[in-house]
Amino acid sequence: MPTGRKSAYIVGAAALALIATGCGGSGDDGASDGKVTLTVATFNEFGYEDLIAAYEAENPNVTVKLKKAATANEARDNILTRLAAGSGLSDIEAVEVDWLPQFMQYPDKFVDLSSADVEGRWLDWKVEQATTADGTLIGYGTDIGPEAICYRADLFEAAGMPSDPDAVAAMLGDDWDSYFDAGRDFAEKSDVPWMESAGAVYNAMINQVAYPYEDEDGTLTVLDNAEVKDIYDQVLTASEDGLSARLSQWSDDWTTSFQRDGFATMACPSWMLGVIEGNAAGVEGWQIANTFPGGGGNWGGSFLTVPTQSEHPEEAKALAAWLTAPEQQISAFQSKGTFPSQLAALESSVLLDTENSFFDGQPTGQIFSDRAAAVSVVPFKGPQYAAVNDEIQQAIARVDIDQSDDAASSWSTFESAIAALN
Amino acid sequence: MATRTSLAQPDIAPSSQQSSPAPTWRQRLRNWDYKYSPYLYISPFFVLFALVGIFPLGYTLWVSLHEWSLIGGKGEYVGFANYSQVLDQRNFWIGLRNTFSIFLISGITQTLGALLLAAVLNQNIRAKTFWRMGVLGPFVVAPVAVGVIFNKMFADRAGLINTLIEGIGLDPVGWHSDVLASHVAIATMVNFRWTGYVTLIFLAAMQAIPRDLYEAAMIDGASRVRQFLSITVPLLRPTIIFVVITATIGGLQIFDEPRVFDQTGQGGASRQWMTVTMYIYELGWGAQQSFGRAAAVSWILFLIIIAVGVLNFMLARRIASTGGGSNAKPKTAAKLKKDAKGERTVS
Repeated sequence: MPTGRKSAYIVGAAALALIATGCGGSGDDGASDGKVTLTVATFNEFGYEDLIAAYEAENPNVTVKLKKAATANEARDNILTRLAAGSGLSDIEAVEVDWLPQFMQYPDKFVDLSSADVEGRWLDWKVEQATTADGTLIGYGTDIGPEAICYRADLFEAAGMPSDPDAVAAMLGDDWDSYFDAGRDFAEKSDVPWMESAGAVYNAMINQVAYPYEDEDGTLTVLDNAEVKDIYDQVLTASEDGLSARLSQWSDDWTTSFQRDGFATMACPSWMLGVIEGNAAGVEGWQIANTFPGGGGNWGGSFLTVPTQSEHPEEAKALAAWLTAPEQQISAFQSKGTFPSQLAALESSVLLDTENSFFDGQPTGQIFSDRAAAVSVVPFKGPQYAAVNDEIQQAIARVDIDQSDDAASSWSTFESAIAALN
Repeated sequence: MATRTSLAQPDIAPSSQQSSPAPTWRQRLRNWDYKYSPYLYISPFFVLFALVGIFPLGYTLWVSLHEWSLIGGKGEYVGFANYSQVLDQRNFWIGLRNTFSIFLISGITQTLGALLLAAVLNQNIRAKTFWRMGVLGPFVVAPVAVGVIFNKMFADRAGLINTLIEGIGLDPVGWHSDVLASHVAIATMVNFRWTGYVTLIFLAAMQAIPRDLYEAAMIDGASRVRQFLSITVPLLRPTIIFVVITATIGGLQIFDEPRVFDQTGQGGASRQWMTVTMYIYELGWGAQQSFGRAAAVSWILFLIIIAVGVLNFMLARRIASTGGGSNAKPKTAAKLKKDAKGERTVS
């Protein structure tokens, strides 16, 4: 608060600037002797360490430097800043599917990666996510997050409901009505809430709507979209019926709730298994139902892009294509568990034979491979998607988590917030 | 004053010694040296300030007058459209409310707490240095680390504080849903970090108060509390003013603590604890990626801080010149001081 804070900021900013300029000067590796140095920037764990050594051995003229950001947000801020600055990006930048809409507005900042060699390599919807309206492919798919329903078999059993994965999958059915009906049934027999929060289920449901908030030409249609309002009402009715644990995802209360019978079911993408295992250590009973209401869903996943800033776009493109080939992604899956998006990889025996001991030895590879095949809709996410989605999630949270508002008045607050976006 | 006269002397000396009107190169150099080198010596600060202070300020103004996207860069010139756009936003006013509320809650409790803490540390206690350095402990903890720890304590259901509150039979507080409760929680984080720092400033000022004032008061039979209120506080006035002004500048720019108060960092579903700086970040780097609007809010915040600073300054001058106005306590102190001076020889 006193001047100390201000000067600390200045010193910090100056230090950051120095670091930034220091890192930015990586374009000095000339290709005079035919040797090329490529930088690959990823975040979290992509499992590329061993692969890169193998690539260098196969291609002696290429040296690859791997840069890893600790978190996805850090990587996103870095890419945004350097895109804006016009320099300093790596030759290959890993991008999360959630940020893609922002980058798709500027296809000229990325190399068009479409090529006959990679056609038919991925699940259709994975390719569609990274393809702009005029057919430019800005990223090669790496991993995906196909969603199933994870549930507490012990709590189901205590409530006198079916608890075997197949029986649960049949009970939950494949639309959201049957999911909520099962929840109401469960609520009568158990004190444990059915789902984490209304917002978490909304997130799963909205990702099955083809045009949730915008038209192709960027016009906001969310306020006239009956489908969105309907989903909003459905999840909040379920919350009103006592199905929601009213826990904001990733909050401390949410994390703690895994140890305290916080809720009975959750939508879980493949990468969520590790999160559940970590938070629910020592809790027995988590299982996976091989179904997803509403017809398959995907949450998360990444792409490798080649920014036009790269000095060696051809070599970078070749490396990106190699890294995202099925064989390499299977090896990444083996080392870090990233679920592959390549058709051939999804059929590989290594993947299909994978079992998870925390989830009672269930064949997680087979389950999520099925779930990936079930995804049929890729929602259109235009430039305003993130802004609208934040607003509607907050509208739901006001009713469900904060309980400071009712569904109708929170919706009208949402409407005025949308009007203010323009 | 002293430097100025010594500077002037050599100026006169050469002209009186030599009658030739044209000064030699050497003399001219020396002349320049006297005239300009002081400015040269202080220039690093001003050059740096121009680079990291004035230039960004001007550039931000330039950005605020344009459509400006984070990635796309500069767009059309729009005049003051960005300003009127953000002033129409409900969120802007909510942000302003939150900023002032958090600032007042933390500022007042922090200043009072630090004052009391300093008074205690100023006493003759055992292991003085240990305690004095100890209060600075929280200050070296990174704000985000403070955020993580306090978030666990202030968690709505599983948190330590709500568990204690429920333990004594009260209803749990919605730290992340209620507006005022969230402000109190954030102010607590701020105070945890900064109270010790302010305490040391007060302590330093207290040590400069002559002991004889206290001795005289003691002879007159004044209690400890009376001494604190009638001697310590009035004589600390300049320091208090300094602390309040710097606290205002920092407090109106509060960002770290509210930003890490939940996972999304947007200040709550109804923006219960979103401050103006968080709003700037959201406009620029959030979903809208509108640097133009973010820059406009930055300038509005800059003007607000200047206004509050000027107000502070005027109030401070008024208090300093009237000597506390109708308040009787400072007069007592002045009287005590006079008495003390009367009894002892003034140094």
